[in-house]
Formats: sequence, C-alpha cells, structure tokens
Amino acid sequence: MSAISYVIFFSVIALTLYITYWAAKQTTTASDFYTAGGSLTGWQNGMAIAGDYLSAASFLGIAGAISLNGFDGFYYSVGWLTAYLVVLFLIAEPLRNLGKFTMADMIGARFGAKKVRGAAALNTITIVMFYMLAQLVGAGALIKLLFGIEYWIAVLIVGTMMLIYVLFGGMTATSWVQIIKAVLLMAGTIIISFLVLLKFNFNFIGMFDAMKTATPHGEAFLQSGVVYKDTVGLISVLIALVLGTAGLPHILMRFFTVKDAKTARSSVIYSVWIIGIFYVLTIFLGFGAAKFVGVDAIVAENAAGNMAAPMLAGVLGGDALESFVAAVAFATILAVVAGLVLSGASAIAHDIYGQIFKNGKVTEKQQVNAARWASISIGVFSILLALGSEKLNVAFLVSLAFCVAASANVPTILLTIYWKKFNTTGAVASMLTGLIVALVLVAISPSVMNPVEGATLITGNPIFPYANPAIVSVPAGFLAAWIGTLVGAKRPEKDEIAYAEVRFKAETGYKELEN
Amino acid sequence: MSNQKTRGKSTLDYERIVQTEDFKALVKRKQTFSRPYVVFFFAAYFALPLLTGYTKVLEGPAIGAINWTWIYAFSMFVMVWVFTSIYMNKAKHFDKDVDKIIEKNVLK
Repeated sequence: MSAISYVIFFSVIALTLYITYWAAKQTTTASDFYTAGGSLTGWQNGMAIAGDYLSAASFLGIAGAISLNGFDGFYYSVGWLTAYLVVLFLIAEPLRNLGKFTMADMIGARFGAKKVRGAAALNTITIVMFYMLAQLVGAGALIKLLFGIEYWIAVLIVGTMMLIYVLFGGMTATSWVQIIKAVLLMAGTIIISFLVLLKFNFNFIGMFDAMKTATPHGEAFLQSGVVYKDTVGLISVLIALVLGTAGLPHILMRFFTVKDAKTARSSVIYSVWIIGIFYVLTIFLGFGAAKFVGVDAIVAENAAGNMAAPMLAGVLGGDALESFVAAVAFATILAVVAGLVLSGASAIAHDIYGQIFKNGKVTEKQQVNAARWASISIGVFSILLALGSEKLNVAFLVSLAFCVAASANVPTILLTIYWKKFNTTGAVASMLTGLIVALVLVAISPSVMNPVEGATLITGNPIFPYANPAIVSVPAGFLAAWIGTLVGAKRPEKDEIAYAEVRFKAETGYKELEN
Repeated sequence: MSNQKTRGKSTLDYERIVQTEDFKALVKRKQTFSRPYVVFFFAAYFALPLLTGYTKVLEGPAIGAINWTWIYAFSMFVMVWVFTSIYMNKAKHFDKDVDKIIEKNVLK
C-alpha cells in the first residue's frame, strides 16, 4: 500500500472515532445506550437502517457473488430488498407500538411469562453470534489483505475497535457511524459504477452483451441456475432472504431509535430507496469485477469472491480508490458489529438480567452498567470464536443467521400481532422449534457435510440436501406455534395480556404511562 | 420495566374499545388495504424462482442482451418502491383515524 492509501484509510477510521467521542458525552441513560434515546429522525434512522443492512455480506458478498455466478448472485439483492415490504406492511409499526428496547419487549407486551422472554433472548443471542462471527471473519480477512498482517492480530484490532464504539458511544455513536458509513459506501459504489459504465461507453445493454463472453459461464452467466440448479433449494434460500430481515434483532432494534410509529414508517421509506439504489448498483460492481478484474484473479484472492469490489476499485481507480473502498468496507463491518453487540447486549442486560432476574426492578445506572458488561462479554466471546473460524465461509454464516431469524423469530412476531388464539405455549414452542430445526438441518446440510475432505467441517455425504433449510424450518416454526397453541389452550397462563389490549396498542400506538 | 407497571394499571376497557364501530372499521380498512399488496408481492416474489426453475419463459432476450429474467428482477425493485410509496400515503389517512379513536375513547 502507498502512503496515500494509509492516509485515506486512517482518515475514515479517525472520523468514526471522533463521532464516538462526541456521542460518548451524550450517552447517560439506558435508553440513550440502547436506542439513542429514541431521538433519531426519519431520514437519520433510514440511513442507519441502510447502514446496518449494507453489511459486508451486501457490499463485499453480493458484488462477489454476481461477479462469479451472474444472475444467481443478484437473487440476494432481489430477496433482501423485497424483505422490506414484509417489514413495512406487516411488522414495523406494530413492533414500534408494542416494544421498548428489544424484540422480546414486543412479544412480552402480550406474553409476560419469563420463559417467553427467555426464548426470545436466546434466539436474539444466537442470531447475533452467527451474524457477528461472519462480520469479524470478513473484517479479519480484509485487514489481512490490506496490511498483510496476521489474521489473529487483525481480528483483535477489529474486536477492540468494535468494543470502543459500543462501550463509549452506545447506540448514538453506532447510529452516526452507520449514517456516515452509508453515505461513504453509496459514494464509493456510485463512483465505481460510473467508472464501469464509462468503460462500456455508457451502453447499459452493451454491458450485458459483453458479459456473455466475459466469464467461463458464457451466456449462462446472465441466466438463473449457475449455482442454484435445484429449484427447491433456490426457493429455500429465497424464503430465508425475504423473511429473515423481519426477524433480525439488530434491524428490529432500529425501530426503537425513533420516537413513534410514524417516524419508524418514514425511516423504512428512506432505507428502501437507499438500499434499492445500492442493490441496482451491485450489478455494475459484479459485472465490472467479472470483466475487468477477471474471475481467476477474484477467486485467487478469495474463493468466495469477497474481495471483488475492492479489487475492482483498484483496477479502475488505482490505489487511492481501492483504499477508500477498503476503508469504507472496514467501517461498514465495524459499524455493523457494533450494532450487533448492542442488540446482543440488550438481550442479556435488558431481557435476561433486567426483566427475568430482577423483574424489571433495576435502576438506570444498573441497566447501563449491565449493558456495558454484557457488551464486553459478547464482544470477547465472539472475538474468541472468530479467532478459530478463519476458514468458515462468511456468506454461509450470514445466510444461517437469516435462516434462524426467519424460522425462530418471524412466526412468533407475526402471530403475536395477528393471531387472537396464540398463547404462551405456542410462542415458546415456535421460537425453540424454529431455532432447533434450523440449526440441526444446517448441521447435516452440504454447508457442513461434504464428501470432499477438508472442504467443510465434517467429511461425508450430507443428510439434508439443501444448504439453506428455510423451506423446512420456517414451516416448522409456524406448525409448532399452532400445535403449541392447541396444547396451551387447555391450561391458560395468568401472565397473558388480553388480545384486545395488544391489538388496540399495536394498531394505534397508544401507551399507558406515557410521560 | 414498563411492562410490569402497565400491567397493574390497565384502566382502559380494551374489550369495549376494540368492539367499537370506529376501531373495527379502522382495522377492516387497514386489512382491506394491505392484504392485496401482501398477497401480490409474495406471489410475484416466489413466481420468479418458479419461472426460472421450471420454465424457460424468462430466458429469452428482452432488450438486446438483457433477458426477461433481469427485467423481472428489475420490476421487483420498481414494485418495492411503488408499494412503499403507496403505503406511506395511505398510512397518513390511517393516522388521522387513529387520532380520532384515541380522542373519542381514551382522552374524553
């Protein structure tokens, strides 16, 4: 790397640290720490949602997937964007209306039993760990590539930075880092896309024409089916993509950083535009990388294609652009892991410590302290896991997180809002069944079991045929909800709030004890 | 924190409010509005893998080298943007209805 690369890289990092310093002075209450005091405006939160969503998986992952697999990579863009319709039409407003800090709050607004909150917290922590592991492994690889340092040192650096953001700045810092990062990421992507178009003389159709001969796949590059030869497997992936978002704790948490459902709604609109435009641009990133970097070079650097976007920036814009893009990708990962730590910490400190062990009787100071200690524990634990996970595929971990979110959380979230007969037993059964079925099926899927020695964790023929089990695990979550509800109907729980109240609050945003 | 407190203080007669004509009408209007969109976007979304996986209808060229698969995918983007805008506009009307219901049943 040249001197200018170092300057650009460290400027971006310094900027994010300055934001943290500024935010630290404003973070005093638990509400500040978890949800930035609910003070973000619609566009700010919209940008922050976009920032959370455009993680390493989106930026590095989709660009790489399109460059290697053509249209099959673009399925991610289509699925992850359509997911926002599920969030907006079915979940965003009732969630904001019923919850306070966490997803468990929202379910707990109807089912007060501790086992419900416990199951929700368990799901949150599991999803957060998978998602975070993916980001940390990705960040380690990126830093290793850029500076040529050892993977374990890279992971430690990323882990320390992440804890600094969270511990000192809380959600305020994390949100503002996300907002600034979203701007930088869009800028970087637009510049690269412009340069790609320039190379094709601004002929969009001509670019597609050129792709027919640019890769070993030939014309199939532009058709579905390069990777997803089995349609059932493809549908399974698409189920996880479109439903998973609605169950991701760090995305759901974003709806509590605004003051009301109206603002939550408008933030979804902003994020849908930003994310949508970004996903359209992933075509230029992917096609450009396939054409100008070349499939061989991309695979040589990283077999999953994760380095396609920074490499393309280097080819088109030289060292300066490459390091700018790498710095933005690094800031992306840091901001996303910080958000993840916060949602994991909220599950531990707010749900498990505050609500389950202390029955909600904790002071503001205890809350913030517990949250800080929970953040440190989650941070340290995930760093340790990441140190041993260098060889794990990043995209696999993220898709696993989406699958668990779709199977374990989404049925309960939807039914809590919309199903009158749903009860405590149904909620617990659904959350645990979704979680266990998803994890077990992944453990016996081609992602973990492969007959080629060393390719995956276990050598052998996969028992379950699809890499992503959503097509089985999501219906399992719903089925368990139904059966559990039938079983539970025979012995009513006293901690349940009448559906009439839940329904009224979900629809209107009315809250008792409003300040 | 608030859950426990709120629970003891449930002073409003929610059973009555949700049975009022105003509230029932609001819920009905919301559902009649959103249901067709939800059904449509799920159907449109899952039609894509079915069409690419089991048929060849999307494989033909549409505009130059761009085939129908890409056009379909792009139209999903347009669908997302159009539906969010429609939702946004419609939701403003529901907000007004909600304000009326709160005023009538809670703040009187």
